[in-house]
Amino acid sequence: MTDSVKLDAKVSRRSLLKGAAGIAGLAAGSGVITGFPYVKSAEPKVLRYLGTGVNEGDLIGQQCFKDTGIKIEYISATTDDVTKRVVTQPNSFDVLDTEYFSLKKLVPSGNILGLEAKKIKEFNNITPVFTKGQLPNGKKIGDQGTAPWKVLYLEGANSKNFSKTATDYVTLIPTVYNADTLGIRPDLIKRPISSWAELLNPEFKGKASILNIPSIGIMDAAMVIEATGQHKYADKGNMTKEEIDLTMKILTEAKKAGQFRAFWKDFNESVNLMASGETVIQSMWSPAVTKVRSMGIPCTFQPLKEGYRSWASGFCISKATTGPKLEWAYEFVNWFLSGWAGGYLNRQGYYSAVLSTAKANMTEDEWGYWMEGKAAKSDIKAPDGSLLEKAGAVRDGGSYEDRMGSVACWNAVMDENDYMVRKWNEFIAA
Amino acid sequence: MTKDRNSFIAWLQAGPMMLVFVAFFLLPLVFVVIVSAWDYNEYEMLPALSFRGYTDTFEGCIAQLPDLCTILKTYAKTVKLCFLTWAITLTIGFTIAYFLAFHVRSKTWQIVLSLLCTIPFWTSNVIRMIAWVPLLGRNGLINQGLIDLGLIKVPMEWLLFSEFSVVLAFVHLFTFFMVVPIFNSMIRIDPKLVEAAYDAGATGFQTLINIIIPLAKPGIVIGSIFVITIVMGDFVTIGVMGGQQIASAGKIIETRLNALQFPAAAANAVILLGITIVIISALTRLVDIRKEL
Repeated sequence: MTDSVKLDAKVSRRSLLKGAAGIAGLAAGSGVITGFPYVKSAEPKVLRYLGTGVNEGDLIGQQCFKDTGIKIEYISATTDDVTKRVVTQPNSFDVLDTEYFSLKKLVPSGNILGLEAKKIKEFNNITPVFTKGQLPNGKKIGDQGTAPWKVLYLEGANSKNFSKTATDYVTLIPTVYNADTLGIRPDLIKRPISSWAELLNPEFKGKASILNIPSIGIMDAAMVIEATGQHKYADKGNMTKEEIDLTMKILTEAKKAGQFRAFWKDFNESVNLMASGETVIQSMWSPAVTKVRSMGIPCTFQPLKEGYRSWASGFCISKATTGPKLEWAYEFVNWFLSGWAGGYLNRQGYYSAVLSTAKANMTEDEWGYWMEGKAAKSDIKAPDGSLLEKAGAVRDGGSYEDRMGSVACWNAVMDENDYMVRKWNEFIAA
Repeated sequence: MTKDRNSFIAWLQAGPMMLVFVAFFLLPLVFVVIVSAWDYNEYEMLPALSFRGYTDTFEGCIAQLPDLCTILKTYAKTVKLCFLTWAITLTIGFTIAYFLAFHVRSKTWQIVLSLLCTIPFWTSNVIRMIAWVPLLGRNGLINQGLIDLGLIKVPMEWLLFSEFSVVLAFVHLFTFFMVVPIFNSMIRIDPKLVEAAYDAGATGFQTLINIIIPLAKPGIVIGSIFVITIVMGDFVTIGVMGGQQIASAGKIIETRLNALQFPAAAANAVILLGITIVIISALTRLVDIRKEL
């Protein structure tokens, strides 16, 4: 079945095991069952970590256990399924790894704890991208869509409202983010690509693709439509009904004309389409481009003049997490920002929220390649040791300032989300 | 007295299954129907009577006439794919079952050959579908082979991410569900009937039409129910093989669920259920399965 179904199965198997372990534990310690079975201090510190897999990795879990003694139990699901779980089963996780745009759904549900900023050691070192919407060098970046600084603070610990100004209560502690653009096959296109408009260029008829996740796909479409000069959006991440109609009309015409080879929904599909040459230009994610390249097939994460669509994720804590578990959750978040994990994520082509600590965990050459846009002095390796780029390579899009400085909009949930989803279904049926 | 006792025992025997059925099928279904009439916002269901899920679904159906609205278009497409799959799996499935039942004499070989039919199920659904890409793709085996042979100059793009590839994948997957029940019906046919027909001078074709098909009807109907219900609700195969560009009833439900619009998803599920029930009950009108079993 789909990834999500598979993952669900994994989850239920895991919770089953947990249930079984719980029963075994009760049997072992029978006689002292006093109401709610709570984790005793002698037992290992365990946190249930719900997320999409971006920040997950056995290496991170192992390193965290070594440094803090906290054992992380991963619960993996797709972005949509994570959101569903938070809204419907807030007791099933402690730490939540999610994206800022989901907060518009999560915070009003009342299942997310307002985190105390003063308990986060590195809070003041978090890049100003999140707190002020600007680069460390002061350059302002695009604020269309659900930009992190719009939803970073709550009015109070138990508030369901976002605060426009800085408060002591934070919704989501950022960990990782990136700037997304189109992936292309330079060997098959054989000419420079510099604009989002190329996605709907009839030259690539039957060889283009976009993401079939409505809220993200429509933003990529908006980047294209703006690039072709057909419409200028006030906010691509929060369209009016008329704008949605217009965007879907243009997309539908392109679809009927056979512009798209296929739409993709998960990571592997996008890799497959690109690697097999079914598509030569499509919306893509950075690690998918890396994957295609590691198969020996040329693929570029092409910087475009209209800028990037950015996303950012981080940690929330469930309101159901209390007592010592809550302290461990803070400890875990603090560990995550302390550098090891940041270096690990930076080496995958993502960006870490606290740059200073990540830098301390990378070599000068790695930092130069990934963050400063310099040519690699020696071979660039992935965290697992496999070769990513040979010496002399330069990162697509260049430095951190160049890439994050060109962000045009952020992944978003629109006010007219319900209408948009209906129109998207109409588009697929057309 | 005995009769009461017997019926009591019968209820007792059916009891466990009935309880499971009520708890895990009927009750959830009732909830789905109830929720389908609720209202919703961005993140939660609002337990207030509202038929928004339904009215939104049929939005524009009258205004857009004579053009079909989204939901009708989607169902037209789903039913079309379903019909094609059904017709092809029935033809192939019936032929295979006929071969297994009447041409393969030994029990052992019948079992071995039926097991061979399960080979498509040895790998996961997703891998099976992804494996079609190197075969049917633009640079795939078939296109490359035909180009190398000089039969075509440009790759045939309709092989993949098209209705053709969707139906192909369905047929590959579900023919087995036709083979088993039809085979099951066929081996119960008394060989004497076939011999009698032969003795009475019937041709092979006449025997097929007048003896085999009528007696294999329950198997045909059961197989058809399997295939139709699976295909009507499918969104994975249609998604992957259709390049996510072909709408299906299941896909609409999935999109709604992913947007946390549970009542709208439930409303679509109820509509899908209704349509599938209509198709199935039409089928069972043709054959009274209970009587035939």
